[in-house]
Amino acid sequence: MATVDDPYKGYRNSGLETLKKFDVRVWDRVKVLSESGTFEGVLLPRNEMADTFHIVLKLDTGYNVGVRAERISAIENTGRSEGHYKVPEKEFPYDPEKHNVVLLGTGGTIASRLDYTTGAVIPAFSPGELFGAVPELADICNLQTHKVFGIFSEDMGPAQYIPLAQRIYKEINDGAEGIIIGHGTDTMHHTAAILTFMVQNPPVPIILVGSQRSSDRPSSDAARNLINAAMAATGPIAEIMVCMFGPTSDKYGLLHRGTRVRKMHSSYRSAFRTIGDIPLATVDRENGVKPLRRDFNPRGGSGKEFKLVPTFNEKVTILYYYPNMQENLIRAIVGAGYEGIVIAGTGLGHINRPLYNVIRWATGQGVHIYMTVQTLWGFVQMFVYDNGRYLMDCGIVPLANMLPEVAYMKLSWVLGQTNDREEVKKIMLTPINGEITERERPDGYLVFQGGLPEVEQFMRDYLL
Amino acid sequence: MNLWDTNEIDYAGLGFRCGIEIHQQLDTHQKLFCHCPVGLVEGPANARLFRHMRPTLSEMGEYDGTALMEKKTRKEIIYEILNDRVCTYEMDDTPPFLINQQAVDIGIKLALLFQCKIVDEAHISRKQYLDGSIPTGFQRTTVLGTDGWMPYKDRRITIRQINVEEDACREVSDVGHRIVFRTDRLSTPLVEVITAPDMRNPIEAGEVTKLLAETNRISGLVRRGIGAARQDVNVSITGGDRVEIKGVERIGLIPGLTHFEALRQKSLLELRDELCNRDISLDNFAYNISDATRHLLKTPEFVGHWAVDQGGVIGAICIRGFGGLIGWYVFPERTFADELGGRVRVIACLDKTPNLAHRLNRAALGIPEREWESIGKGLNANTNDALIVTWGPQRDVVTALEEIAARCREAISGVPQETRQVLSNGRYTDFERILPGPDRMYPDTDHPPIPIEMKRVSNARASIPEFPWERRRKLSEAGLSQQLVSQLIVHPRFEIFQKMVEISGDIRWAARLVAETIKHLQRRGFETANLTDKRLLDLAESYREKEFYREGTLDILKVICKRNRKVSEAIDEIIFKITDEEAELIFEDLSDTANLPADPFKQKRYLMGQVMRKYRGAIPGKRLWDKVSAMTSRKDKATSEPRE
Ligand SMILES: [Zn+2]
Repeated sequence: MATVDDPYKGYRNSGLETLKKFDVRVWDRVKVLSESGTFEGVLLPRNEMADTFHIVLKLDTGYNVGVRAERISAIENTGRSEGHYKVPEKEFPYDPEKHNVVLLGTGGTIASRLDYTTGAVIPAFSPGELFGAVPELADICNLQTHKVFGIFSEDMGPAQYIPLAQRIYKEINDGAEGIIIGHGTDTMHHTAAILTFMVQNPPVPIILVGSQRSSDRPSSDAARNLINAAMAATGPIAEIMVCMFGPTSDKYGLLHRGTRVRKMHSSYRSAFRTIGDIPLATVDRENGVKPLRRDFNPRGGSGKEFKLVPTFNEKVTILYYYPNMQENLIRAIVGAGYEGIVIAGTGLGHINRPLYNVIRWATGQGVHIYMTVQTLWGFVQMFVYDNGRYLMDCGIVPLANMLPEVAYMKLSWVLGQTNDREEVKKIMLTPINGEITERERPDGYLVFQGGLPEVEQFMRDYLL
Repeated sequence: MNLWDTNEIDYAGLGFRCGIEIHQQLDTHQKLFCHCPVGLVEGPANARLFRHMRPTLSEMGEYDGTALMEKKTRKEIIYEILNDRVCTYEMDDTPPFLINQQAVDIGIKLALLFQCKIVDEAHISRKQYLDGSIPTGFQRTTVLGTDGWMPYKDRRITIRQINVEEDACREVSDVGHRIVFRTDRLSTPLVEVITAPDMRNPIEAGEVTKLLAETNRISGLVRRGIGAARQDVNVSITGGDRVEIKGVERIGLIPGLTHFEALRQKSLLELRDELCNRDISLDNFAYNISDATRHLLKTPEFVGHWAVDQGGVIGAICIRGFGGLIGWYVFPERTFADELGGRVRVIACLDKTPNLAHRLNRAALGIPEREWESIGKGLNANTNDALIVTWGPQRDVVTALEEIAARCREAISGVPQETRQVLSNGRYTDFERILPGPDRMYPDTDHPPIPIEMKRVSNARASIPEFPWERRRKLSEAGLSQQLVSQLIVHPRFEIFQKMVEISGDIRWAARLVAETIKHLQRRGFETANLTDKRLLDLAESYREKEFYREGTLDILKVICKRNRKVSEAIDEIIFKITDEEAELIFEDLSDTANLPADPFKQKRYLMGQVMRKYRGAIPGKRLWDKVSAMTSRKDKATSEPRE
């Protein structure tokens, strides 16, 4: 976000010298005379990543152009035009009939306002600002908001997971009837997994939500996702869930169990999928939460204790196996002090023979090694081949159909509590909320193949 | 005064001003921000997407006019997806790839042709479109050239800006709250050429648009054919305001459209004055609305009765002081009621016309006098007021009544800024949307700036063709007709034509061959693809060497087309090789021909026919004609050259 404090925001070298020479600042209205033409407009900040040879103007037509500093013969200052860095606030109405929902912000923007002068995206976050941007929310719930931190999704880690879990626990104990967590989408499924382990058996819905198209564009999925999340937060399913678009069309959102969800596309709106199972429910403004299965934890709790277990051991890694992996890699990991390794193996959970000895050595050193599958779908089945049996003999523990990232989160969490081999194994293999399932439904694996006549027919008949 | 006659209007007195924005697709292989192939496809779609547009908040949290209007329409948007023409970029499910450099180069060349200055660094901007025509809700666009000009008459037309941008979807249908777009055209690279409002009358508007199109086409770098070029025409008169007539595909329509838009604004200003005379102002403007459903429950002959049958309502509005003004003429055949109807159609989505009833049409629409009066009485309407009735689903009727009031209110100020679409008769326009302001532009954070090195510009400058006006002047000076000149200067084979002139030394021969004869053969089904550039140059050479004469051209071309022959083969095949002495003998043969028609002129034609059938192209036609003329008994006045 641009700030008004720095008069030469983003300018360096020749660009900066030119501005100083002609005594103009960012947000000044200027007339620039140059060999490339005469331009009138507002002097904009320069992106720090861009080169240092140009100055940027917003012309009166709304277009931006860059003018090469060395070709400028004069800049005339004709006034000033500053951006407005405020989102209008309207008081979020309170209705005693509606659920009290708490929105916790972790970074990114759920809703925003665009400053057309500067192009800056100004996040809307307070209830009043959100009400101005997404007024539909007031029809669904009463809303409180708290900014817990302001970081990018890829920068999330235990330093955020633990205070976030503590905050959720506190808000629920203080009476929140639903929690929404605004989150960047890249690591949303990692956060969903760790929260499932840290905040167990919540009596109210805990919803992670974000957007795949930023909220400054008219086609953004942000408002619809937020509305869906509010519906889910006031709905009947009390679990940690990810709420994102089902299809890429503006149809409905899906509620994914936090331990089975994964971002499966870098940019599609419908990037989040439940892996090896089906989602918990669909959700939209008109129909509310419509469960697709009955085995969810209901609002009010399932009788099990609502508890907070905020532990994390950072000395855990995921090793994504590839052919001809060298044993010194594992030695290096152990040498660096890692206490837990989740391997994403091939097929049913395999790695190459030359690693067997080093694995045996590592487990002998007390390192906890668990096997998952890089196919994502399906179970680790180490009994099928001799190699698998040998690997287990070396100390690797198969993790059934736990997803690699979920296994990473769970092992980090467990190793934050105990280092006892059998205890760790017992907790790892006892599902807390669906991270291991007893069986894989036949429709738990559906990756349609384009080009097939029947699939093409399906695409014609249903909205994408 | 004849309103249809542009000669009778004092445009200067009206303060007529017109600017043109011409959009033309660039001839690139791929789209502007992804690697999809360019081109339209017919047939069923492979898949469909369903989306909405949600206006983004602008300054001070207010939605701008256009955004607000699009929000009111509550449109559901369906995109038809074509697997071979669009990828996840067009679906707005992936960010843009880096801009197509071929398109940038073409844009630079076109900007140079319009004598623009090229920007040092291009920035991609987003221009909001909330009508759904672009799935992102904005068009990615970038300015490449500014401050150009083009000669016209004795002055210069200023070219304000040359932009390269992505094309929008094709609209398939727009019924009620559902609009359907086809995505194949989406993201095709376009050039947008924007002039200053320098055109002073409708004729100039048409002529300048033609020149702009000519300049684009002369580059050989743009697509041709239906839909490849579209014009937006901005018109205003003194006291009026900028109105944009959008998407005019035929340049020939522009004089009429701008003429009638000027008259429309004039009428609206007169209406404003009338309202002023009646002491109606923005401060005292008043109206009231009511649910008139019950008054018309028992009149099945009312055309809007379907609304009641389908669970909707009939709404009525009384506009104070507007009595008698609903029928105010704004075009020779259009009234203020049509202005209201357009708004209601677009914004309230009541697109089943007629969508309004008023004093003048209520009887025709089946509202009896008694019911009309009772509706009016319910609203306390008197003869000074205007009463309007509309019908449909309840939410839409509420929107419609508000829109009617809003449009009447705007009449107090005169001409509302708006975008208008061309009606099917090509003459009148109807409301399309509120004119968006510069506020809808903002930078595209997905794409880095594009520095344009001076070297790149000088390379482009070296490869642009000569300016069309210079080309035109040279060809006209060579004595070609204006029609031939116009065809030639934008002809895709202009360079071949120039070489043919150089080789043959006969510009008229080459001009007719390239601009007319080949087209004529193509129309008659000949395989003109066989007339390769090389063959045309060979032909010019044979012509220079007098291996055949002008009259033989068509026959040779036919043989080349039909049998895919080289030029020399074709000449061998059909052109008699004869010496001058042999030619003399032919003429002697002719002299004892019997069955000569009596009429001397017919006699000459007959003799020419005889000899041409066999010797066409082998002997100069002029020489034959002279000979035949000498042979016939009397000199005839008709001495014009024989035509092919
Ligand atoms: Zn594409």
